[in-house]
Amino acid sequence: MNKTDALIIGAGPTGLFTAHQLNLIGLSCEVVDNLDKIGGQCIELYPDKPIYDIPAVPECTGEQLTNNLINQLKPFDIKFHLNQRVEEVKRDNENWIVKTNSGTIFLTPNVIIAGGVGSFEPRKFSPKECEKFENKSLFYSVKDKKIFEGKTVAIFGGGDSALDWAVELSKKSKVNLIHRRDEFRGAEATVSKMHALVKEGKINLFTKYQMTSVKGNGQLESIDIKNDEDEIKNIKTDYALGFFGLIMQLGPIANWGLNIDKKTIEVDTEKFETNQKGIYAVGDICNYPGKLKLILSGFHEGALAARACFKLARPNEKYRFEFTTTSTNLLKRLGKKE
Amino acid sequence: MAKITYITSDAKVHEIEVQNGLTVMEGAVQNDVPGIDADCGGGMACATCHVYVKEDWFNKLPKKEDGEEDMLDMAFEPKPNSRLSCQIIVSDDLDGLEVNIPSKQA
Repeated sequence: MNKTDALIIGAGPTGLFTAHQLNLIGLSCEVVDNLDKIGGQCIELYPDKPIYDIPAVPECTGEQLTNNLINQLKPFDIKFHLNQRVEEVKRDNENWIVKTNSGTIFLTPNVIIAGGVGSFEPRKFSPKECEKFENKSLFYSVKDKKIFEGKTVAIFGGGDSALDWAVELSKKSKVNLIHRRDEFRGAEATVSKMHALVKEGKINLFTKYQMTSVKGNGQLESIDIKNDEDEIKNIKTDYALGFFGLIMQLGPIANWGLNIDKKTIEVDTEKFETNQKGIYAVGDICNYPGKLKLILSGFHEGALAARACFKLARPNEKYRFEFTTTSTNLLKRLGKKE
Repeated sequence: MAKITYITSDAKVHEIEVQNGLTVMEGAVQNDVPGIDADCGGGMACATCHVYVKEDWFNKLPKKEDGEEDMLDMAFEPKPNSRLSCQIIVSDDLDGLEVNIPSKQA
């Protein structure tokens, strides 16, 4: 069991700066994120897109902003739990017991939800029956490529993941690549490589087609694909792989007894606390009159939530407001003074 | 102002007067038209404001910018008349526009 003063859910810009604020005022924290990397939407959705409205930063990309925030955390020892989604938050007297889908358990008086629009999950095929085959013969990521050796694989998508796997698996499997249009958005070099393999007969390419149904008994046997002219083709296949990027889902947060309206959590504007004592929401996921979904608002909300955490984490101490320019205490924590 | 008709997948019709300059996505979200998630808030980064535009209107709308078609690859059941509603800016010319909202955004 990990004991900490505050648990932050979400390693996007708001979560990162909230971690900074907690550590600065002398509280410990740990951070959980469902992605395999730090940065949230900034790193997953727009790493290369410039942002122009971070105060005192005229222009930076999502990736640069993330790197700067990580650098700002360097003086502190913060444990990140990536690739994990928080499933359960339960009250235990003065504390919350928080469990992730990997079985990590936290005991903390403060939970700060900095979850953006929810956790990133793979986008799925539209036919409902696909669920029956999921993780058996239908996947949204490749964990062990050996299982495809000597088999027929249908790969769907037009980005780098779909193309990379089509090229890679064509070495030892029969690959059918299916995409909704003729253009591919993957890297040019990979697109050319794929087209070369199509010419050599190593990859069968079906463009302007999408999946309409899957058939099989326990194990996938075939899939139907349909084009814009409503022509249907049946393709025998042992496996299907879908690469349609990620989508944000509120997920288990909906089950924690919080006041949720339109996928956002209601908070007060003093502590950014939810209707549950010791659970806060900051950044895009919180809602209050006048809420702006800007990164700078997330920073402000995180700073205030961090101060509110102090009260529950140190019930017998009084929080004193200090400036980093003058406070010996803070400068020590930042490693700038012995 | 333009009157935009949003038709949800259960065939319910929502007629909304949308101010010029707003996007078709904003017109829906601000007026509680269900079915448009707009997770990324209009950044053309999530494909959850996906709509179908009737053919006659589809050809009248300004063409898609680079990147919109790429995002539509990720939309739920994209069709040739798919658009991201965050990329359609409302003007007087769009008065009478009809869009169909898919049954799901993901």
